[in-house]
Amino acid sequence: MFVRLVYESFRRQKRRKLLAGVAIALGVGVATAMIGVATDIGDKISLELRRNHANIVVTPQEDTLDLEIGGVNLKPPSDGAFLQESDLPKIKGTFWRNAILGFAPMLPVKVRLDDGQEVTLLGTYFAKPYSYGKENFVTGVRSTNGSWRVSGEWPADDSQNVLLGERLAEKTAKKTGSTVSIGGEPHLVSGILSSGGVEDDQIVAPLALAQQILGKSGAVRRVYVSALTKPEDAFARRDPKTLSGPMYDRWYCSPYAQSIAYQLQEAIPFSRAEQIRQVEQTEGAVLSRIKGLMLLITLAALLASALAVSAAMATSIFERRHEVGLMKALGAGKAVVAAIFLGEAALLALLGGTIGFTGGSLLAHQIGRSIFDSQITIQPVLLPVILAIAILVTFAGSAVAIRRAVLFDPVYALRGES
Amino acid sequence: MSSPSSHLSAERVAKRRSGSPHTSMFMRMLLRAAILRRGRAAAALLAMTVAAGVATAMLNLYVEVQVKLRNEFHKYGANVVIVAKDGLALPGNAFPTVETVLAKRGIAVPFAYVVARTHDGQSVVVAGTDLERVSKLNAWWSVSQWPHAAGEALVGARAAGVVNRQGGSFDLSFQGHTLHLTRAGTLQTGAAEDGRVYLSLHDFEAWTGVAPSTIEVAASGSSEEISAMVNQLAHAVPVAEVRPVRQIMESEARVLGKTRATLLAAALLIILTASVCVLATLMGWVFDRRRDFAIMKALGASERLIGGFFAGEAAALGAVGAVAGFVIGSGVAAWIGRANFNAPVMPRFGLFPMVLAGSMAVALVAAVVPIALLRRVQPAMILKGE
Repeated sequence: MFVRLVYESFRRQKRRKLLAGVAIALGVGVATAMIGVATDIGDKISLELRRNHANIVVTPQEDTLDLEIGGVNLKPPSDGAFLQESDLPKIKGTFWRNAILGFAPMLPVKVRLDDGQEVTLLGTYFAKPYSYGKENFVTGVRSTNGSWRVSGEWPADDSQNVLLGERLAEKTAKKTGSTVSIGGEPHLVSGILSSGGVEDDQIVAPLALAQQILGKSGAVRRVYVSALTKPEDAFARRDPKTLSGPMYDRWYCSPYAQSIAYQLQEAIPFSRAEQIRQVEQTEGAVLSRIKGLMLLITLAALLASALAVSAAMATSIFERRHEVGLMKALGAGKAVVAAIFLGEAALLALLGGTIGFTGGSLLAHQIGRSIFDSQITIQPVLLPVILAIAILVTFAGSAVAIRRAVLFDPVYALRGES
Repeated sequence: MSSPSSHLSAERVAKRRSGSPHTSMFMRMLLRAAILRRGRAAAALLAMTVAAGVATAMLNLYVEVQVKLRNEFHKYGANVVIVAKDGLALPGNAFPTVETVLAKRGIAVPFAYVVARTHDGQSVVVAGTDLERVSKLNAWWSVSQWPHAAGEALVGARAAGVVNRQGGSFDLSFQGHTLHLTRAGTLQTGAAEDGRVYLSLHDFEAWTGVAPSTIEVAASGSSEEISAMVNQLAHAVPVAEVRPVRQIMESEARVLGKTRATLLAAALLIILTASVCVLATLMGWVFDRRRDFAIMKALGASERLIGGFFAGEAAALGAVGAVAGFVIGSGVAAWIGRANFNAPVMPRFGLFPMVLAGSMAVALVAAVVPIALLRRVQPAMILKGE
């Protein structure tokens, strides 16, 4: 009987039920999309930022002090300690290898041009293919320094070609395609680099070339690492040496810049890794602001959806006073009447919720594609949660209307008065 | 409303009405409709208010987020760097000139550098600067204690291992002049600053006689304003090279763009949901009153009058909802600003016409559609209850 009542109600009140179902689907869809976007936006924005700035630097442990003023290092280039290039793939062997988007080794050396001018030549990777274990990846400045622009061609990592910083190129009147003589050897200028930083006064060359000039094969002065991190909090600042077992594990397995740096230091012998505070701290603040904003907006979306659902439900129940009057006159108790309405509401919420969830996932996907050029996927695990919320909201939205319907005096209803 | 008290209320109404001045039938109908069906009218008004409120808050945040996030990005530090050409010192009037051009639209900090020797002959970079301004410019510097008195220095974490391992005081010499310094605190940044010793510019100039070679500027404003400022600075200090720090400005532009786009998408979705909700509520309300409609028609009201009546009612509802929603939405936006950005979001009255027009448009659509449907039905059918 119960099932038939519910079924009949859906059959007869098609337009009303459709309206309520659409409201639920729309509300759930918007809520799903917003939850998807809000949980993912942090990662997406930090990915944007990581394209421009490395946030961790690895240097040799026993290094002598850099004497750097305005991007020019006055320290003799062969002075101090070096990292070994052969240790670098170990970066991809750490626990947080998937959070590490790329790295670029740097080896600055001093060279003399043919006009006697002394300039810095920076050896680095451009887009070097690498493999660690079964994993293959490509890394270098093209993935860590997104703000570098090259007019001309990027040199290949195994070539002898170089990039000329734009100010240096202007000073020496060189163009793409000219040759520059470095220490007596001619090198092809494959492109002009505009970095907006000190590299504009330098020559940027493949790492092997810098090592060859320095006469130390495999030497690397420092490594810049771009990693996706979690904004720092009080726990992140704790010293790992003072933490107890489980706390240490938690610290070690959180993607804080500190713990990733700690693991890099473990992986690369005789190294010291540190977060670059300017990048890490500022971005942490920006990210938590954006995340907070999206969270609050998601709440607003949920509220708007809840309202839409409850409005639709209230209208559909209000119309059925006469039916309620008849049911009650035939001896139905309050509980039965309420159960019928709640059953209908649950059915609507399940149907609308599933459609809304599918639509919302597509919507989130679309937002991810058009704004961030990458996927936003909604975990199917969320479906039961979303459905539970949809049922809860539908119940809450219909509660007032159901109460009024249940308390309605059958006499008035049957007389046709409202 | 068929409770027994309705007779009493009808009498009371008749009494009140006989004493009141004559108002037009139209106005009276509008008012009575709102008062007699208080519950449904309140529900419709509530929906309208919430929708207008959510719309106001979202639009407000959309406009404001740019300013707020830009403030966050300025914590990166300098976005414009002024360096002397060929590494020479800047002329003495450079800093005051830069200050004049900036005119409080940012903060400028001079830096002077030399390489000094420690007592055991090791080299270290020493920088002279305005320490108070640096603490504002570079909020990300992790400093154990800022120096205040003369003769106090801020020692970088790596430089500390060279100049003095134990803390306390140390000597530095430059071209035969020795300076005795006390370590006030340690500086940690993870970058080149870690290998330097920072002094106040006053101590530095008295010791070395070297003037600042770099001015770092954190200019505030949009990217167009900053480019204009870079041009002005380059013009005002011709001997120097003025470089915008592109890395930071590009990140800023990118993140701002993406955040605003996301926010706009969210705003549109939420406003759409809220509008559909309002539409559903209002349509239900109007539809429920098909008897009123039928009676009016049966009594000889023209379709124009009835249409006008429902439209007027909807417009009034939209207007009241828009005003209330605007107030509430501005409040919500201000609260979100305070909770999330630690700075209030001021209400933007320029948004009000938009919210008002939107609310009234939704309300009118919600009223006109059911009327158009009902027009085709004979009043007798409705009154018979079919």
